[in-house]
Amino acid sequence: MKYETIVGLEIHVELATVTKMFCRCPVPTLQDKPNTRTCPVCLGLPGALPFPNKRAIESCIQIGLALNCSINTQSFFERKNYFYPDLAKGFQTSQYLHPFGENGFLEIEVNGVKKRIGITRVHMEEDTGKLTHSTVDGDEVSLIDFNRSGVPLVEIVTEPDIRSGEEARIFLMELQKIIRYLNVSDADMEKGHMRLEPNISLRPIGQTALPQYKVEVKNINSFKFVEKAIGFEEKRHFEMLEKNEVPIQETRGWNEFKNKTISQRSKEEAHDYRYFPEPDIPPITFKDEEIAILKNAIPELPIQRSLRFTREFSLANASSQILTRDKNLADFFEETVKIGKDHGISPKDIANEIINKKTDIYSVLPASVIKTIKESKNVSLIDSGTLRELISQVLEENRQAANDYKAGKENAIMFLVGQTMKKIGKKVDMNEVRSAILEALK
Amino acid sequence: MTDIATLTISKMLDGYKTREFSVTEIVKAYIDRIHKFDKNIHAFITLNDEGAIKRAGELDNTDVTSSLHGIPYGAKDMFLTKGIKTTAASKVLENYIPQYSSTAIDRLNEAGGIILGKLNHDAWAHGSSGENSDFGNTQNPWNKDYVPGGSSSGSAAAVAASFVPMATGTDTGGSIRLPASFTNTVGLKPTYGLVSRYGVISMASSLDSIGHFTKTVEDSARILEITQGADGYDATVNTREPQIYTDTLKRGIKGVKIGIPKEFISSGMSEDVRTIFNESLKTLEKLGAVLEEVSLPHTEYGIATYYIIQPSEVSSNLARYDGVRFGHDRSFFGKEAKRRIMLGTYTLSSGYYDAYYKKAMQVRTLVKNDFSKAFEKVDILVSPVSPTPPWKFGEKANDPLAMYLSDALTVTVNLAGVPGLSVPAGFTNNSLPIGIQFIGPHFSENRLFQAGSAFEEETKMFEKNPML
Repeated sequence: MKYETIVGLEIHVELATVTKMFCRCPVPTLQDKPNTRTCPVCLGLPGALPFPNKRAIESCIQIGLALNCSINTQSFFERKNYFYPDLAKGFQTSQYLHPFGENGFLEIEVNGVKKRIGITRVHMEEDTGKLTHSTVDGDEVSLIDFNRSGVPLVEIVTEPDIRSGEEARIFLMELQKIIRYLNVSDADMEKGHMRLEPNISLRPIGQTALPQYKVEVKNINSFKFVEKAIGFEEKRHFEMLEKNEVPIQETRGWNEFKNKTISQRSKEEAHDYRYFPEPDIPPITFKDEEIAILKNAIPELPIQRSLRFTREFSLANASSQILTRDKNLADFFEETVKIGKDHGISPKDIANEIINKKTDIYSVLPASVIKTIKESKNVSLIDSGTLRELISQVLEENRQAANDYKAGKENAIMFLVGQTMKKIGKKVDMNEVRSAILEALK
Repeated sequence: MTDIATLTISKMLDGYKTREFSVTEIVKAYIDRIHKFDKNIHAFITLNDEGAIKRAGELDNTDVTSSLHGIPYGAKDMFLTKGIKTTAASKVLENYIPQYSSTAIDRLNEAGGIILGKLNHDAWAHGSSGENSDFGNTQNPWNKDYVPGGSSSGSAAAVAASFVPMATGTDTGGSIRLPASFTNTVGLKPTYGLVSRYGVISMASSLDSIGHFTKTVEDSARILEITQGADGYDATVNTREPQIYTDTLKRGIKGVKIGIPKEFISSGMSEDVRTIFNESLKTLEKLGAVLEEVSLPHTEYGIATYYIIQPSEVSSNLARYDGVRFGHDRSFFGKEAKRRIMLGTYTLSSGYYDAYYKKAMQVRTLVKNDFSKAFEKVDILVSPVSPTPPWKFGEKANDPLAMYLSDALTVTVNLAGVPGLSVPAGFTNNSLPIGIQFIGPHFSENRLFQAGSAFEEETKMFEKNPML
């Protein structure tokens, strides 16, 4: 039996706002000691109330716009009720019925073929605290650090449109690029700014209905591991399905040392979160003009920019993609192109220079790049009249060399070129000088 | 020395200005009175004698410029007070000392107010009589066998007994207006979204209103001018310009159109309540008001709607009291708290949400519309506060539903978010207080104060004091 892989992704992005989602605490750094970036609100103390962070919501909407979602201009927060020690209030303030962004897509290219991955929803929520399991004075304990509690999170859920680990990796790289371009998060997986969970199942080719089961995989902290985890699950599910066994609907954890997934807990029933509209936060409404302003503030996104580079600067696709991988790099490139125009240096030359030399854009100025290219190209010009004058002088002063050349000594020409270059004083096109000397010796 | 039982905030401020007495003298007098009589009333859970006297001394060294200079007050134990034990009248928080104060407390203190202690109430504000406190009942100062009303039982009793001239309270389904009407005090439930709820333990977030008890309507207006307004911490507070109420207080009510909701009258009212209410109507007419009957057709659904929405929000708001970071664990919750948590979890659960919570929220809109329509015809409404006078301890304690029904005339005000002012109106044949309430459109507190002030000037109920 032939199967195809069905993968949907759930991604959480930590926003790089100044303060947390519902309080004035600064967003923590990894250097902060535990429980030093807290207040009554993010600690869920009695009497504390949430006060929404406008910039966070705007960032969420911009992510939705960049992913071609329709934006709910009338939206609200909801309480997701469940108990866990890292959840201070006993509920998470999140969104359920009316996420800020819905029904979008992201186009990716896999082996030269373009494909759209559907985006089901983009919504706003708050992060929980962090649990660490440890031993203190011989006792096994769980330590809770609430620094992370209340940090703004944007949750992005895709349609189950992804068909392989490779597609997932490509999708995630594209998504990460976009988020970085929007400047709303560093989206650094190692630092936990971007967390992801694939939901994986297999279905027989030809079947259109979604499979009855799906397996969620947690604890993946790199794109490479997403690809590996999906690959592992594909094999595992295949073996079971071939034996007429249906894989259990469950959550599994990726073990990067053993390169396999391990069963964690059953996900047989959906938890009843008893969602209801958050009464402490009035509904959020945006005017169409406000959404338009947010949309205009979105910079040219990576895909569009790459296509434009190819078109406008006659670059190879591969070069454009490399240059647009990072927004700062793309900006640097375009700065350099502007300067290069005045000096007759082509965008292609600049692209090659930057890519091959792996220019450090944070320590080198665009003008220096132009200078380096010019020096290697010897593009100082000299007018023909001045050149002939100087060559006559050189031939006068070096009759022996001139006669040697006329007598058949080919090397003599290089000596004459050298002498001429000395007289000229600046770097010019050697070939041009050589031709002019040969002309004069005729 | 003046009999402090006759003092109001206004009189006290005058006395400070003319140096008739000092803040220290007044504070000490109130503290002495509390120590002498509260053992029979049990209004207080925690006292702040030392802190209060210290603060009084500080204020005596400053000029009388702040709006609440040297005025002692009590805070319902739902209000967080930094450094002072705050229990929500529940064993769960019996040793909890908060690290911050609520906005209302901060503002009262900044204005010169001096907190004398934390006041008893139904645990977690769940109740209509005070009998659900984990720390014992508060007595009605007018007759110790009778309930003072709830949930703000201690706050009402403290003001009635002249332990403080003002006490803070919360009103989610009548918890200020009911005890005020049972104790011959003035109780204000402001418009939802006028006073910040930050730092007050949440009962039902969309219904909780932060208010207070005083002896007179003028005092009530003074306090609202201090506590009202946005604070940047409560996202549900309206950002409108703060109003002054004290300057238009004595306008009188000539020509004011007052509506009488007919559905409030027909519901099983006791004779005492009916008699006093009718007399009150005559007084209002005498003062020049124009009375007319109005209809609030969805009144009969008020209790059912309230007792679905409120427990739903309660069940979520109490989730944080797990004993992990502060307080005791859930086994310390009292019976009524457990009852409401279970009810609320059920009404929000999958498969039942639509039939209960969602439906109740839709009916809530109809209730709110009732009030809006009525206020197109009249300026304010007047009604009784409770269908019955105060009842005896134990009479309803074993029948939670009977207890819930005592909220019949107060809950729709909370559902609609409109303001209500309970003012003393008279006494029953066995000398128990009965009040009436004025209800107005959103943010119309000035109208309520004007009506209440005119009424109290005429009836002078504030001159009466209980024998302790």
